[in-house]
Amino acid sequence: MSELSHNHDEHHADHHQEEGPHSSFSGYMLGFMASVFLTAIPFWLVMGDVFSSRNTTVLIILAFALVQILVHMVYFLHMNFQSEGGWTMLSLIFTVVLLFITLSGSLWVMYHMNVNMMPSMMSGGS
Amino acid sequence: MSDFSTLIFGRLTLDAIPYHEPILLITFAVMASAVIALLVVLTRYKVWGYLWSEWFTSIDHKRIGVMYMILGLVMLLRGFADAIMMRIQQAIAFGDSAGYLPPEHYDQIFTAHGVIMIFFVAMPFVVGLMNYIVPLQIGARDVAFPFLNNLSFWMTSAGAALIMVSLFIGEFAKSGWLAYPPLTGILQSPGVGVDYYIWSLQIAGVGTLLSGINFVVTIVKMRAPGMNMMKMPIFTWTALCTNILIVAAFPVLTAVMTLLSLDRYLGMNFFTNDLGGNAMMYVNLIWIWGHPEVYILILPIFGVFSEIVSTYSGKRLFGYSSMVYATLVITILSYLVWLHHFFTMGSGATVNSFFGITTMIISIPTGAKIFNWLFTMYRGRIQFEVPMLWTIGFMITFVIGGMTGVLLAVPPADFVLHNSLFLIAHFHNVIIGGVVFGTFAAITFWYPKVTGYKLEPFWGKVSFWCWFIGFYLAFMPLYMLGFMGVTRRMSHFDDPSLQIWFQVALGGAVLIGAGIISFLIQLYVSYKRRDSLRDETGDPWNGRTLEWSTSSPPPKYNFAFTPRVYDQDAWWHMKSNGFKHATAGFMAIHMPKNTAAGMVISGLSAAFGFAMIWHMWLIGGLTFVALIAAIIIHTFNYKRDYYIPAEEVEQVESKRTEVLA
Repeated sequence: MSELSHNHDEHHADHHQEEGPHSSFSGYMLGFMASVFLTAIPFWLVMGDVFSSRNTTVLIILAFALVQILVHMVYFLHMNFQSEGGWTMLSLIFTVVLLFITLSGSLWVMYHMNVNMMPSMMSGGS
Repeated sequence: MSDFSTLIFGRLTLDAIPYHEPILLITFAVMASAVIALLVVLTRYKVWGYLWSEWFTSIDHKRIGVMYMILGLVMLLRGFADAIMMRIQQAIAFGDSAGYLPPEHYDQIFTAHGVIMIFFVAMPFVVGLMNYIVPLQIGARDVAFPFLNNLSFWMTSAGAALIMVSLFIGEFAKSGWLAYPPLTGILQSPGVGVDYYIWSLQIAGVGTLLSGINFVVTIVKMRAPGMNMMKMPIFTWTALCTNILIVAAFPVLTAVMTLLSLDRYLGMNFFTNDLGGNAMMYVNLIWIWGHPEVYILILPIFGVFSEIVSTYSGKRLFGYSSMVYATLVITILSYLVWLHHFFTMGSGATVNSFFGITTMIISIPTGAKIFNWLFTMYRGRIQFEVPMLWTIGFMITFVIGGMTGVLLAVPPADFVLHNSLFLIAHFHNVIIGGVVFGTFAAITFWYPKVTGYKLEPFWGKVSFWCWFIGFYLAFMPLYMLGFMGVTRRMSHFDDPSLQIWFQVALGGAVLIGAGIISFLIQLYVSYKRRDSLRDETGDPWNGRTLEWSTSSPPPKYNFAFTPRVYDQDAWWHMKSNGFKHATAGFMAIHMPKNTAAGMVISGLSAAFGFAMIWHMWLIGGLTFVALIAAIIIHTFNYKRDYYIPAEEVEQVESKRTEVLA
């Protein structure tokens, strides 16, 4: 027999132990209620014309959207610092970094281009 | 035209068949007779059943890898045919001579050349290599999702098929390989060319994205016990980074293509000049995908060279961890440089200097890799086998290409060289010198593993020298022309003093053609002499990583026992610690079962794409419903696995023991 003799299935069994669902009925309920409120409040903000400034409304809705994403990730995708040996969190951080680069970079690039190339549009734009 | 035929055929009419174009007609005749000859031969030798059950429906990562390589090779011939046509046109179209290609045909050729070479040559090659090698290197029996792997391959093939169809039914895009609007908007390009472009990339893109997910999961979850991240072979590391890039970047391409289709099909205005549309946003977004794409292609090739250099130098790779960190740094940095593709768009000095500097920074980890390879060779016992020739050719050529790249990263220089032939020479310098040389090196290196016999070295050397010299002849003149201000994508020139450079470049392209033919001869000659080139050990080069511990070709299940890894060069460590082939204690092996679902789904996708291109709404709707139905039906297929009985494993393994003894 050689050192190769490690069983493949046994190797799989190691992995299954760490996975396991971290879900419970109360967890899902909590997430669901939070999602409902986080959707209902922005809806009310728009329908009820709560703020006179449109920009304020947009910013607040964006903030709610951000919290909504977090709620989904924690309560429905069961993401935390330990799951999958940290790989989930690592890929989340990577995703956030890339999203930040893409979004802020695009805004930065396009804003400067508009200023340089289409100044008339910029002044009349708002 | 009657309503009925519009209902069925959309805008497809007989006029779409280019029977009045002699060049296309001849091409069609040649291709059709070649295909018919192939079909006749396949039928005569009764291999259809074998091809169907052992290859087309196979979900064995090794078979799929080989099919990817064949797809890449076939499309390389098509892409090269486009290249040589452009070179001939540019060598003769001076002054009064208009050349032999009308401009609208020439424009389709350079677009098709770029699209095919990147998406259907380089990508299949890279994905094919990862398919074959990665599971073997990490000691796994297959990828994480074997069926998805088969589907990915057929989706990529469906995209390639759509591009080939565009040659004879309708036209291809005339827009350049990235199809910038507003030229590709419905007003400027009302024909089907851009739609062929969009749908073939969308369908192939699904395949690429799925294989990206597949390989990330495979590498993260299925490594043999003991192989922690810092013991992974370097090719697997680069494959991991490439697939992370695929997963992060390809959705951007899909989104941009979708927005462009919305503009074209539904009259929206994302990238038009009206109603707040902004064509520059397309350029911005497509390069957010486009620059990582460049590294998706080159990173695994860096991995290939690392494996080759350390194997043929008989030494452990110099600076393993610096290689890993360099790869990771390139992965992140590749997202921070996309604007260098459009410095001239007018974002101003602040933005341009930021992206210029990040671009120059990328050359640091890349340079570190070059030094690592050199230090690996230093005081090594180097065997000058053909893969090593390609590697040295790569190091010389790639460094030159990298330096012209750093030159282009200087924004003021870029303003002079933007869209000139200098740029064309630069990216061919890194893609041919990098990806193509690397692919040939990899094919020669792993060929004995795949087929059981080595490639015959003489024709390999001929091929290398033809490619190497041909490359310099073909592209050094383009650098010169670029400095003289000649722009890309021209089908005619007025200045006769430029002609000599284009003629030299044509000579280089012909030499590269000789290199491709030599490679095909090499395959044929090696097959003829396969008995004398046979590799019985499974380890013809005295390799270092786990794929060389298997027989050549490896059994279906790769490893009878999952190896335990103690060292970064796992197989080398096993050999030096007196590893003995196991002779007893075999167990039944759990394996995935072949399925035709991948072919069905991608066939329907291709039909759907074709219908959308030609506005055949009825057929499009039907094929879309059928496509969704096929996917759902596949989910009810519960007979997905089988066991290879222990006796069969024992039989295979004892045969191997006999050969080894």
